[in-house]
Amino acid sequence: MIKAILIFNNHGKPRLSKFYQRYSEDTQQQIIRETFHLVSKRDENVCNFLEGGLLIGGSDNKLIYRHYATLYFVFCVDSSESELGILDLIQVFVETLDKCFENVCELDLIFHVDKVHNILAEMVMGGMVLETNMNEIVTQIDAQNKLEKSEAGLAGAPARAVSAVKNMNLPEIPRNINIGDISIKVPNLPTFK
Amino acid sequence: MALKMVKGSIDRMFDKNLQDLVRGIRNHKEDEAKYISQCIDEIKQELKQDNIAVKANAVCKLTYLQMLGYDISWAAFNIIEVMSASKFTFKRIGYLAASQCFHEGTDVIMLTTNQIRKDLSSPNQYDTGVALTGLSCFVTPDLARDLANDIMTLMSHTKPYIRKKAVLIMYKVFLKYPESLRPAFPRLKEKLEDPDPGVQSAAVNVICELARRNPKNYLSLAPLFFKLMTSSTNNWVLIKIIKLFGALTPLEPRLGKKLIEPLTNLIHSTSAMSLLYECVNTVIAVLISLSSGMPNHSASIQLCVQKLRILIEDSDQNLKYLGLLAMSKILKTHPKSVQSHKDLILQCLDDKDESIRLRALDLLYGMVSKKNLMEIVKKLMIHVDKAEGTTYRDELLTKIIDICSQSNYQYITNFEWYISILVELTRLEGTRHGHLIAAQMLDVAIRVKAIRKFAVSQMAMLLDNAHLIASNTQRNGICEVLYAAAWICGEFSEHLEEANQTLEAMLRPKVTTLPGHIQAVYVQNMVKLYASILQQKEQAGEKEAAQEITQLMIERLPQFVQSADLEVQERASCILQLIKYIQKLQVKEVPVAEEVIALFAGELNPVAPKAQKKVPVPEGLDLDAWINEPPSDSESEDEKPKTIFHDEEQRHSKPRHPEMDEEELARRREARKQEQANNPFYIKSSPSPQKRYQDTPGVEHIPVVQIDLSVPLKVPGMPMSDQYVKLEEERRHKQKLEKDKKKKKQKKEKRGKHHRHNSLHTESEEDIAPAHHVDIITEEMPENALPSDEDDKDPNDPYKALDIDLDKPLADSEKLPVQRHRNAEALKTPESEVPPVEKKSKKPKKKEKKHKEKEKDKGKKKEKEKKVVEEEEEEKKEEDLDFWLSTAPPPGSAAQPQSGPQTSAAVASEPEGVKKEEREEQQEEEEEDEGKKSSKHKKKKHKKEKEEKSKDKKKSKKKHHHSEEEMAESVQNGTLDDEPLPPMSSYRLLAENPYIKTTYDIQGNLQNDSQVTVSVIFENKSTSFLKSMELNVLDSLNTKMLRPEGSSVHDGIPVPFQLPPGISNEAQFVFTLQSIVMAQKLKGTLSFIVKNDEGSTHEKLDFKLHFSCASYLITTPCYSDAFAKLLESGDLHMSSIKVDGISISFQHLLAKICFHHHFSVVERVDSCASMYSRSIQGHHVCLLVKKGENSVSIDGKCSDPTLLSNLLDEMKETLSKC
Repeated sequence: MIKAILIFNNHGKPRLSKFYQRYSEDTQQQIIRETFHLVSKRDENVCNFLEGGLLIGGSDNKLIYRHYATLYFVFCVDSSESELGILDLIQVFVETLDKCFENVCELDLIFHVDKVHNILAEMVMGGMVLETNMNEIVTQIDAQNKLEKSEAGLAGAPARAVSAVKNMNLPEIPRNINIGDISIKVPNLPTFK
Repeated sequence: MALKMVKGSIDRMFDKNLQDLVRGIRNHKEDEAKYISQCIDEIKQELKQDNIAVKANAVCKLTYLQMLGYDISWAAFNIIEVMSASKFTFKRIGYLAASQCFHEGTDVIMLTTNQIRKDLSSPNQYDTGVALTGLSCFVTPDLARDLANDIMTLMSHTKPYIRKKAVLIMYKVFLKYPESLRPAFPRLKEKLEDPDPGVQSAAVNVICELARRNPKNYLSLAPLFFKLMTSSTNNWVLIKIIKLFGALTPLEPRLGKKLIEPLTNLIHSTSAMSLLYECVNTVIAVLISLSSGMPNHSASIQLCVQKLRILIEDSDQNLKYLGLLAMSKILKTHPKSVQSHKDLILQCLDDKDESIRLRALDLLYGMVSKKNLMEIVKKLMIHVDKAEGTTYRDELLTKIIDICSQSNYQYITNFEWYISILVELTRLEGTRHGHLIAAQMLDVAIRVKAIRKFAVSQMAMLLDNAHLIASNTQRNGICEVLYAAAWICGEFSEHLEEANQTLEAMLRPKVTTLPGHIQAVYVQNMVKLYASILQQKEQAGEKEAAQEITQLMIERLPQFVQSADLEVQERASCILQLIKYIQKLQVKEVPVAEEVIALFAGELNPVAPKAQKKVPVPEGLDLDAWINEPPSDSESEDEKPKTIFHDEEQRHSKPRHPEMDEEELARRREARKQEQANNPFYIKSSPSPQKRYQDTPGVEHIPVVQIDLSVPLKVPGMPMSDQYVKLEEERRHKQKLEKDKKKKKQKKEKRGKHHRHNSLHTESEEDIAPAHHVDIITEEMPENALPSDEDDKDPNDPYKALDIDLDKPLADSEKLPVQRHRNAEALKTPESEVPPVEKKSKKPKKKEKKHKEKEKDKGKKKEKEKKVVEEEEEEKKEEDLDFWLSTAPPPGSAAQPQSGPQTSAAVASEPEGVKKEEREEQQEEEEEDEGKKSSKHKKKKHKKEKEEKSKDKKKSKKKHHHSEEEMAESVQNGTLDDEPLPPMSSYRLLAENPYIKTTYDIQGNLQNDSQVTVSVIFENKSTSFLKSMELNVLDSLNTKMLRPEGSSVHDGIPVPFQLPPGISNEAQFVFTLQSIVMAQKLKGTLSFIVKNDEGSTHEKLDFKLHFSCASYLITTPCYSDAFAKLLESGDLHMSSIKVDGISISFQHLLAKICFHHHFSVVERVDSCASMYSRSIQGHHVCLLVKKGENSVSIDGKCSDPTLLSNLLDEMKETLSKC
């Protein structure tokens, strides 16, 4: 079982949090902070597994994480999951994001956290791995997006126009935030299919 | 109204959407909290609007704020509103928010039940999907109970997308509602062989998760999993299965033997590291389970260790980590094979990666020997000094203690060294493990008598330097050691050299800042100390010194009397009074020391922590028995209870065991003493420890004195454990030399006698004699302790509820709660009221199923009969775990050929035990039907049957059960299972042209009395790509297609997929109707775009959708008692038909009616049958079908005459085709 999935950036700002066990909002924030603290102090070339984390830890649980450019993807799992399998799942997740957002970068995750949630929901459900085939995931996401578009129809159009106008008028569009595309570099892990 | 709408949408333009919110927060870095609270106010306003889009937008923003740590549970009701929006876009937002913030404590969650049920049965698969995903996060026991049945239905959905989600969520349902496990399990098992890999993987996932917690219940699935393992190519599935086998092998060693070969093959063949790793892991598990008496597997161990070494040596840190992890598992059973890689592991201890160091630490546990313990611990101590993070340092600390104390201090040769190590460890700042060190100090000091003197001196030093330990609050954890120090100094005060100084140290004002429980121990032990000083002084005749010390106590004790801690206060004031009294006596020059010391006479023996639990209940003692008979029920409640103890009964119960026990006890005690006397490691306790110490012969030759001279023990806070390492080396060297000398003289003089534990020593270790002859007192256990070890089970384990026997047949009471229909009260539980004779006739659907099977191979049956029986038997064997394990065929052939669609399709889902039984019954039934015609067959069969029956009488005894179980299942089948069986298809042709063929089926909606679902299968017959399919019908007044909100009646509904050449797919459309008494026809058009190399063309296909009356009926089972009542009620109209020229068998005929017209058989006698069905709007339809020579007559009764006549007409048509 996967207990929690967290994404945060190099400064510990949460970009997505999904807990498959109930924690109060305060505890959730504490867990995010603690996990960030544990993960961020690790060097780049150490292993991707980590025990400890007092809140969500316990002897059976492990943190498995990957670090891409500005973001950390952390999965907290128990012993029924294969460590290397989860590492691969993270890779699939990121590649799927990359496909769905077309060159994903942190900004995509910042502004479209709902979409990230939807993509994640096609991969992991209630803490169990639902689908690992990227093409299948992308197909389902596309179909749902299409459905959403078809529903928006008339009602959606003015809203889009308005948001376009709003965007134009905003002087403080974050232009100077220059976060490069997340380049996906996998440490030479053998393929896992 | 219109104005309001307009106003609403104008307002909307200025609402922030999620992006605006995020942007806003980013622009208000200075006053983020203020900005967000402002936004929350806006959101609250938005939630008050009627417009669902505005609400959805608000909820979407709330979900984001939840991630930032804001509690959004106040909006739970609004979230439910958004969940129930009809548009998928909004629904998804609602469910996402719910999954993030709903939990069992959310009170409005019970309002969602019906909404979720509606979404689960939605024709749009994504509505269902999103509901399942959401539910998986917030399912509660109530939701699980109410929805279990709906979800189970979805497990057989036509779309794999829904199936896999439904299968996966079942695990959560089981957890919350364990009663659902047994009824749902057969279907779950079925899904292991689902054609879709995703569904299969989900089922494997769920079963693995279940089996991990309660593996023994899933052993019977081993053959199936084995088949999957040898056939599957999906690594995810393989990993899960292999992990599962790892959990199963400890329970069934034979399974392990069977697994070794295929796993070894996988290890050699796979290129995926993840799979390789899991294989190695499971092989290790197998080897562990086989470890007793299986010498020929050393090759496998070698293979594993070798593969792991490759992993550990890999430059990839992940593999290194996992290699070490797996290595530690081998260590437990095959320490030797791991020990040969000590170099590698010690190397990993210096790795820069903490995770890897931790894993290496685990392994060290098994690496130590008497020889290298000091060396390894020294290395660890260096790490302790270097470690910056507290977690890792604490881990090091516990590991050092673990390593040293393992198997009763087996590897420690010099306890002085160990005490020094413990004292050194007290210098750690901010550790959480002070109590661990303290426990070790106490344990060693109490159990190793020879070391007490040294321990006491060290502890006295600790007490003297207590200010270093307790000075700052950060060191709080470590001050626990003072607890141990104070106790040791007090208890063994006779060893103290400068007791006065220690006593003074304990009386320092600073002590009052320590935690209460430590102060309490201080207070208690300063009296012990005081007592021994007093004795000393009195013996020496120094009366003044004795009075001085009393005075000191009286001066200092009041600071403890003022303590806020109750325990400290109580002890201190008690003792203060005592000492004041002593002072009085001293003034009168009365010698008091003897009496004071008598307070603390006697020795405390170590008692095993589990001792209390292990005391067996004496024979004849029944703790549940009443001491007094409880008052009988007839007595009025206000009557006063009688005195609890009757004289009579006391007399009665007393004499029984004490005498017997006393005798027994004495006998046992004697036996134990005998045993202890023979045990060289046990020292009998004697009342005064110091005396004992003096006359122990073994103690005299302890070379303590020499060592004492060379080690500067008195340096405060700086014990030098390192010195011991050098000393030890020297000592060993000397010993060796001596031994060599001895060897020359006398070849065989073994020193083995002196060893405490000699079972595990290797040759080389035997050369090292411990520096002290140490006696370790074993912890005491009660005389007749039970040897059991099962005392660490957590009663609150949530998975315990899932420990359910799955092979037992289902009882009727275990049915999943089904949403009740209007006539539900007519159903009677067969257990309670129906006499067993009738039972057979009440299995409508089951029969139907069987009929179909029969129909299928009726022609071949007679010739094949014999063969089939054989095949069946074979199959049975395959399923039988014992058989499977014992014959051990080569893995390739494990997947035996399926003997025929009949057995595999119908039987796969049932538990094995039931299967046989069922077949017997089936045979019996067949006999009834065909018996008249061919009596020969009957006899032949009868024989077989008898043979079978005699084979296991047990099963036939269970028969009663089985029939009940079948019924339960048949009921479920009737309501849930609308899967068409192969030979009969309910799909009718809708329209066809060269490009596309469409067939359809109509089914009533259980949840909604005015809706039917039309499933249409689109099959692309061309070589072109078909896309943009749109289906539209011309609504009639009565029947309308359900279109998304806001679209006009002329809009078509897009088919949610495209069709590549040769592919078919299914889409569902919902229609609403008002009246269902008449058949309906709707005209419609399917438009689509044909795309091929030449370009794309727009095509149309017209069709007529025929809603027959039968399609409004829902197969509903009915028991004969309810059926009789219904007929008696007289509310029903009657009509009848007769069809001539029927040649097919009666069974076949009934099957057709059941299948095409959605009826179920209530009762059948010879060639007469009563049948029942119910329309979606609750009309009851009862039929009496009679078969004559060549004709069939059907009498029908129904609450609506029109519906009845239409139904009968349709039936006539069906039958006349036969």
